[in-house]
Parts: sequence; C-alpha cells; structure tokens
Amino acid sequence: MSEERSDGAIRISRRGFLKAGALAGGGLLIGLRLPVGGGAAAAEAGEQRTGADDAAFAPNAWIRITADDQVTVIVDRSEMGQGVMTALPMLVAEELEADWGRIATEFAPADPAYANPILGRQATGGSTAVRGAWRPLREAGAAAREMLVAAAAGRWGVEAAACEAREQAVHHAESGRSATYGELAAAAAEQPVPEAVLLKERRDFRLIGTPQDRLDAPAKADGTARFGLDVQLEGLLTAQVARCPVLGGQVRSFDARQAQRVPGVRQIAEIDSGVAVIAEGFWPAQKGREALAVEWDYGEHAELSSAGIAERFREAAEGGEAATAHSEGDAEAALGQAERRVEAEYEVPFLAHACMEPMNCTARIQDGLCEVWAPTQNQAATQRVAAEVSGLPEAQVRVYTTFLGGGFGRRSHTDFVAEAVACAKAAGAPVQVVWTREDTTRHDHYRPATYNRLSAAIGEDGGIRAWRHHIVGPSIMSQNGMIPADQRLDSSSVEGAAEIPYRVPHTRVAYTMANTPVPLWWWRSVGNSQNGFIREAFLDEVAAAAGEDPYELRRRLIPEGDRHHGVLERAASEAGWGQPLPAGRARGIAVVYSFGSYCAEVAEVSVTAGREVRVHRVDVAIDCGTAVNPEIVAEQMESGVAYGLSAALGEAITVERGRIEQGNFDDYTTLRIHQMPQVRVHIVDSGEDPGGIGEPGTPPIAPALANAVRAATGEPVRRLPLARAGLQPA
Amino acid sequence: MRVALTVNGERREAEVAADTPLLWVLRDHLGLTGTKYGCGISECGACTVHLDGEAVRACSVPAGQADGRAVTTIEGLGDGQGGRHPLQEAWIAENVPQCGFCQPGQIMSAAALLARTPAPDDAAIDAAMGGNLCRCGTYQRIRRAIHRAAAQVQESEA
Ligand code: FES
Ligand code: FES
Repeated sequence: MSEERSDGAIRISRRGFLKAGALAGGGLLIGLRLPVGGGAAAAEAGEQRTGADDAAFAPNAWIRITADDQVTVIVDRSEMGQGVMTALPMLVAEELEADWGRIATEFAPADPAYANPILGRQATGGSTAVRGAWRPLREAGAAAREMLVAAAAGRWGVEAAACEAREQAVHHAESGRSATYGELAAAAAEQPVPEAVLLKERRDFRLIGTPQDRLDAPAKADGTARFGLDVQLEGLLTAQVARCPVLGGQVRSFDARQAQRVPGVRQIAEIDSGVAVIAEGFWPAQKGREALAVEWDYGEHAELSSAGIAERFREAAEGGEAATAHSEGDAEAALGQAERRVEAEYEVPFLAHACMEPMNCTARIQDGLCEVWAPTQNQAATQRVAAEVSGLPEAQVRVYTTFLGGGFGRRSHTDFVAEAVACAKAAGAPVQVVWTREDTTRHDHYRPATYNRLSAAIGEDGGIRAWRHHIVGPSIMSQNGMIPADQRLDSSSVEGAAEIPYRVPHTRVAYTMANTPVPLWWWRSVGNSQNGFIREAFLDEVAAAAGEDPYELRRRLIPEGDRHHGVLERAASEAGWGQPLPAGRARGIAVVYSFGSYCAEVAEVSVTAGREVRVHRVDVAIDCGTAVNPEIVAEQMESGVAYGLSAALGEAITVERGRIEQGNFDDYTTLRIHQMPQVRVHIVDSGEDPGGIGEPGTPPIAPALANAVRAATGEPVRRLPLARAGLQPA
Repeated sequence: MRVALTVNGERREAEVAADTPLLWVLRDHLGLTGTKYGCGISECGACTVHLDGEAVRACSVPAGQADGRAVTTIEGLGDGQGGRHPLQEAWIAENVPQCGFCQPGQIMSAAALLARTPAPDDAAIDAAMGGNLCRCGTYQRIRRAIHRAAAQVQESEA
C-alpha cells in the first residue's frame, strides 16, 4: 500500500479526456468523461478550481485489466472502515461482469480525475462515496465490458450482439468460443470508448444488493493491513511536535540542549505548529520532546473556560440577532396564543473524533519530488498543502493513501500533512510525524458545542401548532473560512433542525453564530449529530405533554408517502413497540434523515435506582435506497449506533485555562464492549438510488436513548453526555 | 541495552534504552507493525501481545522487563505454515474489521481468552475484552466471532 505503490501507481493525464490505452504488459485502461457536480462544501471546492481546466468535466479511470486476466479496480475513496474498498469495486464488477472472487483493488493517487462528483474534489466525506460513484463506476464497468465484447467479436468475425460477457470472459454461444478478459485486454484497448453505455436494470443485478464479505477483512485480521503509522521507508525518522497547550498560543522560544542529549534524537526544528523533535523512532522522539524546554506565548485565550463559553452562549441567546434557518407561518404569534406550551433548553458538548489510529503522516522530499503517505480523507487538500509547505508545484507531489484507522471527518483536515512535510524538509530525510493519543485528543478540531432553546405549542387536535428552535453555537464553516466572514448562517449548524419532517403550521428555526477559539471540524454526521438529538428528544417531550404516544405522534405528523414512514414503522414493529417489557425497561424511538438516507432507531434501556443507564438493544431501520452491500450497510448501522451512543453515554471535551482538559481514553471515555447493546439492523428497500450509510446511523441513537430514559424515569434528558443529566452509564 | 526476545518463535535482538516499551521495540526496531499504538497507557488494548503466553499491553511493558522472554504478536498467531488462527478465520467470516486498527489487539486478547476459557459466554467475553477499545463499534461482531472460533476449535478437537 505504501512504497511498493510509489512507482506502481497509475498516473493520469491532467488535461483532456482519457482514452483507452494499452498498458506496458498489454492491458486495458478505461476511462469515461463525466461531469463533476458542484454542490455541498462548495467553499472548499473553490480551492480546487484554481487553474483547473477540468472543473466542468473530469475524466475518470478506475479499471485495469492485465493480460494475466487480473481485474484491478482503482478505489478513489479512502477506506476508513466504511467499506468503500468493497462497495466501489462491486459497482464496477456488476457491469463489467468481472469475477468477484478474483477482483483486486488499489488505492488511487491524488489526481483531479478522481474528484468526488458530489464534493467536487478528491475527498471522502459526507457519506458520498457510493452515492457519487453510483453512476460513474457502473458506466466505467459497462464501457469496459462493451470494449471487451467488441474486441472478441472482431477477433471472431461475429456480431457483438451475438456475444455475451459473463464471469470475466466473452462467450459466443453459436460457435462455442470463449476468451478471457485477459486474453482480450490488448485488443480491447484498441477499441473506441463508447460514448454511451446501457446500464443494467436493477432486476438483472447479480452482485449489487447481495451481502458480500469485505475485501479488506483478511489483511485486517492477520495484521498485514498498512495504516499510516505502518509506513516503512529506508532511513525513516519519527517526529513528535510540542504544541502550545493553550488554544491559539505560539512558541516564544525554546531550549533544545537537553532534548538533543537524548540518545536517538537527531534534530529539533521549529515548524508552524510548534517545535518538532525528530528522532530515530517513537520512543527517542517522545523522550526528546519531554526534555525539550519551550516557552510559550499563550496568546489571548489563556483564561478561556467551558463555563465561560456556556455563559457566552446564553448571553448570545438573549441578546444577539438570530439568522433564520427556516420559517413557516408565524411561530411567534402561534406560541403567544397557545394554551399549552412546552419549553426546554438543550445543551451538547464539544466532542473529539478519537479515531483509533492517532494522527500521523509520512513525507519524503527527494529529487524534486515530495511524496506523502497519508491516512487521509482528503487527497486533494493533502496534495495542495504538501505543495505549499514543500515549495514544490502540485505536479511534483505524490499522495499515497494508506488504510485509515478511523476517520469520522477528522482525517479530511491536513494539519498532520503540513507537519510531516515541514519535518521532512527540515530533516532532509523521510519523516513520519506521530501524534500521541494526548496530542490527538488535545489538538483535535471538535464537534461544536451548542445551546438551544425550544418552544412548542400543542394544538387543540393534539398536534403541534407551533415549533420554535433557537440554536446558539460556533460555526464550523465560519471558523474555517469556508463562508464569507459576514455570513451569519452555517447550513451545517442547522442541518437536522431546519427542515423538520413533521407537519407543523408555524415553525421558526433560528441560529445565532457564537464562534469560540475552540477549533471545529466535521464530526460523523455533523450538525445532525446534535440537532437530531435535540429535535427528536424535544418532540418526545411535546408528545408527553400532549398525552400522545411518541411513535404514534410521529406517524401522525409525517405526511403520507414520505420515506420517514417506512423506517419508523419498521423499527417500531421489529422492536415490538407497545409490547410489554420486563420491569425496569423502557423504549425510546427517534428518526432522522441525513446524507440521503432515512434512519429510525428504537432503544431499549433500563435505569437502576442508582441512575445507572444500560442500553440492552437497538433496532435500526434504514432506508438507504439501494443497499449495494447489505452486509456493509448493517456494519455501518452498528458502527453509527456505537459512535453516537459512545458520545451520549460519556464523551465531552471541556476547556479550562485555555487548555483542552481531556487527553487519553481514561478521561475521554468511549464505549466499551460491555456497553454495546444488541443492534439489529433492518433494511427497508425503497428501490431508490443509494443514500449514504457511513453517517445516518449516528444521529437517531442519542435521542432514542434519551427518549427511553425519559420513558423510564419521567425526566427528560436535555444535556449530554448522561452525566450532565445526572445519570451514569452502566 | 541489548534486548533479546523470542518473537513468534524466532530469536530477535535490538539495541534500545531499557525503558523503551516493548511496543516500540516490535514496531520500530523489529519492523513488526501488526501490533498497534493507540494510547500508550494501557487504556485501549491496541498493542496487545502475548508475553510468555499471557496477554499484555506492549505499550506498558519496558524492554528491560521483556528481555529473555517469548513474545507472540498478531504476525505469529497463525500455525506458522501460513494458516490462520481460528479466531482470524472467524473474524473474516463475521466481517468484524471495519477500519481494522484495533483488530490485531482484539484478536490477541481473544486468543488469550480462548486459551484459558475454551467456551466463554458473553459475560466472560465482555470481561476479557473490556480493555480493548474499538471506535468503529465492532463489539457485537467480536462477540460473535469469538463464539464462532470457540465452537470451531471444539468441533475440530471432538
Ligand atoms: S497502546 Fe497499549 S493499551 Fe493502548
Ligand atoms: S475496527 Fe476501527 S477501531 Fe475497531
């Protein structure tokens, strides 16, 4: 995955459109010209456009067939556990009629050809991998198949229409002739690329929709899978960086003498983010960093605290103007006239990503080339940042994507890339920068904390007449310069809150931006992670006040024909909603749409007299359109539940004296095996095009948990994690 | 110091500071990268190896303490002839790994469990695996895979 790929990686012309071309060994490389959509995250896409003559159309190249009959699919999204290394090749193989049991994969290099059609740049995020690839990869497979068939027909002097591609070979039934793809590869490369291809009807799928084992499971079970930390290079050094413990602080001066005396320490270098100790391995780097004396300029935020931030949010809720995220009817008037009103305040904390693999990156600058081995979700930005830091043009930067030991959004940032390249430049040798767990926790870019005020008016019919939600919190897009400085609305701050699926005649959802020095970034399911909780938990409070069953109320308020119904009903029926439970147990339900998919979850919990909460079982119903690989869909639902549950039970990042207080898994506590409920996944097949699966399982679990706890105790859970609501995870 | 270990049946030596954790001896000096670094303080289990047959956290065992002893890592868990350990087979069959980073440690902990308790129930699994974090939330499949491997071992011994 790493050095062996440095010369084996395919390279695609940046200009013009890719034509089918012969490989050195007599193979076929197929590409199609396909448009790149604009859309979400346009802010970051802008950076891609500079000098790109391919902004409107990008060539794509995913298939390599060699004379030895090996079909290799180039995987242009990052494998971070979500299964793209299996799901994307399935799309190709389906149309290509490749033999699935023999398929090989390779991670793509950084190249505009691999721009994500949804994000507009080569990156993995927003649960877009399969959604974006759904057409292009099937088209690529179909085009390659047609060229192989044309090559066979030409060889045999028969009509292409009389030939059939099956199991990685072309067959001519009439004459009984067959040729493998390997045998046909060279001739197929001479065929013109079809301008248009016919894709299979759904009913003809052989592979798509079937549960297939993960292609990466064997390497991940025997220890041979190469993650970022596992990159090995001749003469590789290890760096640890001393960074200011106070947010926004800088190096004033440092004394390297003690550190330099540590055996194995090679060099101390000041870089943008701090002082790097470059050594022969992790341990000397760590000892060197411990011996390093740095005097910090703490800057302006040395007094920042979580209590202060919470207070600021409340003040902002009172005073500042709010940007309208969604408005219908006249919520103020309807609330003013209401006889029955429900009001509540909800708060959620900053959260760390806590990827299992600590942040790291490896770089080598040599012979005018900058090579970067990165567990990255963002090849485009990695290439750009490496070019900036190395001073080389982007064309002289190679990015090799390793397996990612978790991503969850964190690895679309490039802070670790900049550090690795800076260290390699300073050392004149290949360097792997390794963040300790403490570095990874304290120098993360966090999920925003927010403070929310909600009011609802209950109508005479028991429905909801008015709904008002005021969100106060920092903005990911504003703090990262993705929206203009004077823009007061960040769509990612209000997603999951702005468009509620329920019929309410008067709604107003507003947002007050309250930025803080705490760095922010995308966190699995982004705004849905907090807004899904707040909206769905508050809805249960309204249901309770109205004397309604929370499931029945949801059904009643969701318009007919809406896809929310399918998952809501399925989750409820599978969980036995309304059926008696053993004493001390209760259920909670929630439904959240995100990233193109509808997901409902029912949690069954118990709360002890000592207020210990245990989640016994979770039923997940997911409508992600066509489930390309139901096995991976199930995995991602289990994973999404675990990730969201982990946060709800025990995760919080807090600040004191300008410092992030948590460092390791002893004080940033994540889900352990005894806390893992039985998760049962039910796929609702709506037959639509694929939706996302990496994130949609996360948002409904916190509210399903909160609603079950409320059902058990009669008290709403308005603050997360549980400890802030006076509860403890068992 | 010169630390001498028997790693996966082979004698290996490295010149390291005596306080170097076994984890970094394996990864940085012996090139065995299957054993992972996750926390460095015995909180996550990613670095789990067997030291004289016992599951230990390699991040917290100084080289000096490991000197002269036998270490088994994920690379050496199979039968030595390229065949996988039943747990590795079960892990693949149950599609346990997601990102996969925690899995070598999970499997090494599970192997130590099965060596002690050939047919563990869920409670025994939770107790033995409580020190191994998985941020991808594969715990339910881990339980299933351990049951599967246990059943398979018993069947082949029957
Ligand atoms: S790295 Fe050793 S237990 Fe986490
Ligand atoms: S599989 Fe990703 S941390 Fe366990």
